[in-house]
Amino acid sequence: MATTTPVLPKLVGQRVKRREDPRLIQGLASYVDDIKVAGMQYLAFKRSDVAHGRITRIDTTAAAAMDGVEAVFTGAQIAEIVPPMPIGTPFPSPAHHAVAVDVVRYAGEPVAVVVARDRYVARDAADAIVVSYERLPAVVDLEQAMTGKPAVIHKDFANNLAVALVPGGTGVGADYSVDDTAINKAFAAAEVVISQRMVNQRLAPTAIEGRGVLAHYEPGRGTMTIWSSTQNPHILRTMIAAMNGLGQDQVRAIAPEVGGGFGAKINIYGEEYVAAAISKKLGVPIKWVEDRSEAFVATTHGRDILGYIDLAAKRDGTVLGLKLRLIADIGAYNMLLTAAIPTLTMLMANATYNIPAIRVTLTEVFTNKTPTDAYRGAGRPEATYFVERAMDMLARELNMDPADLRRKNFIQPYQFPFATQMGAVYDSGDYEKCMDLALKNAKWKELKAERDAAKAKGRLVGIGMAMYVEVCGLGPSSSLPTGGWEHSGVTIERDGRITATTGASPHGQGNETTFGQMLADQFGVPLEHVTILHGDTSIVKQGIGTFGSRSQAVGGTALHLAGGKVKAKMAKFAAALLEANEDDLVFENGRVFVKGAPASGKSFAEVAAYAYVPVPLPPGLEPGLSDEAFFEPANNTYPFGCHISMLEIDRETGEPKLLKLIAVDDAGNLINPLIVEGQIHGGLAQGIGQAMIEEVVYNSDGQLVTGSFMDYAIPRAIDFPRFELDFTCTPTPVNPLGAKGVGEAGTLGSTPCIVAAAVDALSEFGVKHIDMMLRPEKLWRIIHGGKS
Amino acid sequence: MISTAFEYQRANSLDEAIKKLQETGGRGKLLAGGHSLVPLMKLRMSEPGILIDIARIPGLAGIREKDGKIEIFAATVHHDVASSALLAEKCPVVAETAGEIGDPQVRNRGTLGGSLAHSDPSADYPAVMLAVDAEIHLKGPKGWRIVKASDFFQDLFTVDLAADEIIGGVQFAAVKSAGYAKLHQRASGYAIVGVAAALDVKGGVITSARLGLTGAGSHATRMTNVEKALAGQPLSAKTIEAAAKIAGEGIKHVNADIHASEEYRRAMIPVFTKRALEKAMARS
Amino acid sequence: MAQISITVNGKVRKADVEPRLLLTHFLREQLNLTGTHLGCDTSQCGACTVLIDGRSAKSCTIFAVQADGAAVTTIEGLAKDGQLHALQTAFWEEHGLQCGYCTPGMILSAVDLLQKNPKPSEQQIREGISGNYCRCTGYQHIVNAVQRAARG
Repeated sequence: MATTTPVLPKLVGQRVKRREDPRLIQGLASYVDDIKVAGMQYLAFKRSDVAHGRITRIDTTAAAAMDGVEAVFTGAQIAEIVPPMPIGTPFPSPAHHAVAVDVVRYAGEPVAVVVARDRYVARDAADAIVVSYERLPAVVDLEQAMTGKPAVIHKDFANNLAVALVPGGTGVGADYSVDDTAINKAFAAAEVVISQRMVNQRLAPTAIEGRGVLAHYEPGRGTMTIWSSTQNPHILRTMIAAMNGLGQDQVRAIAPEVGGGFGAKINIYGEEYVAAAISKKLGVPIKWVEDRSEAFVATTHGRDILGYIDLAAKRDGTVLGLKLRLIADIGAYNMLLTAAIPTLTMLMANATYNIPAIRVTLTEVFTNKTPTDAYRGAGRPEATYFVERAMDMLARELNMDPADLRRKNFIQPYQFPFATQMGAVYDSGDYEKCMDLALKNAKWKELKAERDAAKAKGRLVGIGMAMYVEVCGLGPSSSLPTGGWEHSGVTIERDGRITATTGASPHGQGNETTFGQMLADQFGVPLEHVTILHGDTSIVKQGIGTFGSRSQAVGGTALHLAGGKVKAKMAKFAAALLEANEDDLVFENGRVFVKGAPASGKSFAEVAAYAYVPVPLPPGLEPGLSDEAFFEPANNTYPFGCHISMLEIDRETGEPKLLKLIAVDDAGNLINPLIVEGQIHGGLAQGIGQAMIEEVVYNSDGQLVTGSFMDYAIPRAIDFPRFELDFTCTPTPVNPLGAKGVGEAGTLGSTPCIVAAAVDALSEFGVKHIDMMLRPEKLWRIIHGGKS
Repeated sequence: MISTAFEYQRANSLDEAIKKLQETGGRGKLLAGGHSLVPLMKLRMSEPGILIDIARIPGLAGIREKDGKIEIFAATVHHDVASSALLAEKCPVVAETAGEIGDPQVRNRGTLGGSLAHSDPSADYPAVMLAVDAEIHLKGPKGWRIVKASDFFQDLFTVDLAADEIIGGVQFAAVKSAGYAKLHQRASGYAIVGVAAALDVKGGVITSARLGLTGAGSHATRMTNVEKALAGQPLSAKTIEAAAKIAGEGIKHVNADIHASEEYRRAMIPVFTKRALEKAMARS
Repeated sequence: MAQISITVNGKVRKADVEPRLLLTHFLREQLNLTGTHLGCDTSQCGACTVLIDGRSAKSCTIFAVQADGAAVTTIEGLAKDGQLHALQTAFWEEHGLQCGYCTPGMILSAVDLLQKNPKPSEQQIREGISGNYCRCTGYQHIVNAVQRAARG
């Protein structure tokens, strides 16, 4: 044997290129529409073209008579096989049928379903269905909707209130009793109060892969396999089983390659229930794949929340109190997590500041629009936006540097864990350090001078900054109806290779790489010897899914714990084999040996082989090397950051152009900085998109005007400057990895810092706030009409 | 999305295509690059019964100089126009405009003839065709016919082109001092307002000017009031500034949508007129 | 039905197709070349990008019959003799993809770009891929990848 073996590098913390990529860059990956099952039929949905109406007649005869059409179902017929869809929040909710039975409540709501031999015939047949409606007034304007006008959408929900009013913050008891003493005192002591109505507009998540499902019920076995472009196959399995009268053991849910989710693929949708139920009824495999035009109406939207904010402060910049009245437009129905998303806005209203008194109230309202649900950030960007905009306005009012104002009010490092007025317990943080690094990287002083010089030349250049803190690593089971743990299994195979499973089913996050890095380090084996499996409930025993920036913090920890259990057992086998004490063993370079004596050890594969043919079997041990772990975090994690931007507005046209974006993020320990940077970039892109170009628009009839990429803009490469990233590292004590989560971070700081820059650019016109997005015409009006 | 079913035919000459158009009695639609038509068909906003593919008709694509004039054949794709060395040298505004259409893939497939025949109210090409005073060459059962660009664009998606006629190409005198400027609709990339300006300059004086405007109304139009204001004036920033101010005056109908109100669009006409003229001046 | 013959990744493929069959669906459904994706209905997103006679094109806006007689290159045909194309390698090295759905179209657009302009500036790269949407990466790593491939 060679005396020198190559040293395997430690991989955690390294910029390891992704193991997922070879299949993806060669077109060899399988997304749901790439999967075929012999005999499968295609679904197409006939969708409502009115926003609110009573179905008076559906004529399916022409469709049913078409060559290649297998079956046609109306809403009433679907209702016989698909019960009303369940939601995942404890709020009262109206019945929601997968296919409308009598009343349609948003344009795009399904009213009938076609099953046909291919997608072309299915589309033709859906078009051949004729539906008549008695039109009802469309409820479009949020604040008008709250008065019950022009119509009440669900009869048991007076004034269209899905959630009438939930109070939170200082003086609010667990029983929602309200004591106003502290908040009144704060505002009575105020020397300055900032008050502003702010709109956090509706967005379309638009993963480039739309949704899709393939359901295959096998009557002979009585089992269902369902492939879906989902973020959480285990939740899908639970729901499909329950809705079809099957046991969870009889349903196999598979998330194949998933082409982006951004929160919109958490929900279990009507199309999934319908495909499964029809497959079970007809005994044939059923596929449905969403068109982009459908996606704009049929996949949940994000944000759409109105905030009335009041910020009380002393003239020296000390913030005394914050009031925030939230009104969320949730669209026509509650989806899986719809009602819960704005509660995260409530939770994070404390932002990064030590605010003595906070009062937040939340109202959720039905309108005749596509339902909302999670969209990257899900509630936290809204909170960040409202509070940071108000802080920026306060800084302007006080003529203070926005960084100085923040510095004066930060929660201090020694105060962690910090219990907020909103009931969160921030795990760890050093906000000032993070901000200072951002200011340094941005050359804040020089940036201001640059802006001033540009302004002196008549250019409309502005700079803005924002802090954020978000709640990630969701979360303790008390905070999630699904349970808040994550699961992992680790098996050392007989040849010493490692197979691991994770319930955190990724859709671009790179878990096959990061989790592989962790196990390779944990066992001292090459990365190539580790395989990470995910996305198939028949392989991955249990799981919750990937959302809320939880896959590393919760899923990664479960993996680490499962690996630790197996390693402990493997050490016992190795100890027996090497006649050594298991506590003295080292796993390194593909070998297991007694510390200080690498040559004396055994190869990793030899120890593994012994564990499977244990002759003799060490006392007290079972054969084999396989174990699993559930990790239940004691708390969420609270990553944070500081974003700074510079923006120029064309004086003649109002067109904004982003010149610089500097971000410093703190997500605790990073497993793979390359992947983390990618996550930040992507989040920034969506945040910048929201701030500058994205907005779902409905007309007064409730018709979606931005129904395609011809009218709904998402960012292109030309819309961005090169982002400048950096990191501070404040590990979390919540999990042994010290990792906080990073998937959504970019969407938080970017929106308020860009709007702040726009306001700064237009300060000469006296504007104090501009609602997103920064539509050129809106900015032009400020410049040329002095109106906001 | 999937279009409705249609019958597909291919024509190998203009005459054959014309014959097929006649035979189909109005149900036939020409298909070249398809980048105006196919998206509409997929959304089922256009449901032609028969498509006649003219993309392979020999000699229907290309750019050349003939008798002192530039000729661009109808099936020439935008990319070839945008990257034409001939145009870059002799008439850069046309290449510049082609380069502003869509994105690289669209420019690799979309054709000049298709864009002109479709006449989207916010398409780029019509503006520049007006500015270079292009002659549009049409062939029908009775032979060739020439229509001035200023007569060709008539109304919303409506041009002077009979159901049995085909655009063969365009011809125009090269003009170097010309420019195109547009306000991009940020989702589609189409022009909210687009202005192409061409100046004939002699001894530092603008002898005549032509300006084409797209995006603002139902179809692209000339801005004759600006043209008149420029004619006979010395070519200078001051002249441009003054003339651009009246751009758009007198236009009765101006479009409005979520991307730009009528008021904003109207305000953008002088802005982009000035910018187009500045580009033209820089090239003089 | 119409008879077509298209050379796909160097191999002649003959078929009888419905005229309205999109080239994307022909590649995906009939040839099982599922690396070409569909992301929108309106020729914006570029996920369906392939090379037709060497030029990038959106295969969702082209009927298969229109490609009759043409040579089509899809993502599956880019690697040669088991060697990844320089752009494929560069996307891998630079982490130019996350969910991977836009990646085949993005890479093929970059192939077209580098054919036309082997040494593009960053701005030219951003313009060159402006017909391709990516919702995951914010494009920065994609730009890095194209720069790496251009460096050779």
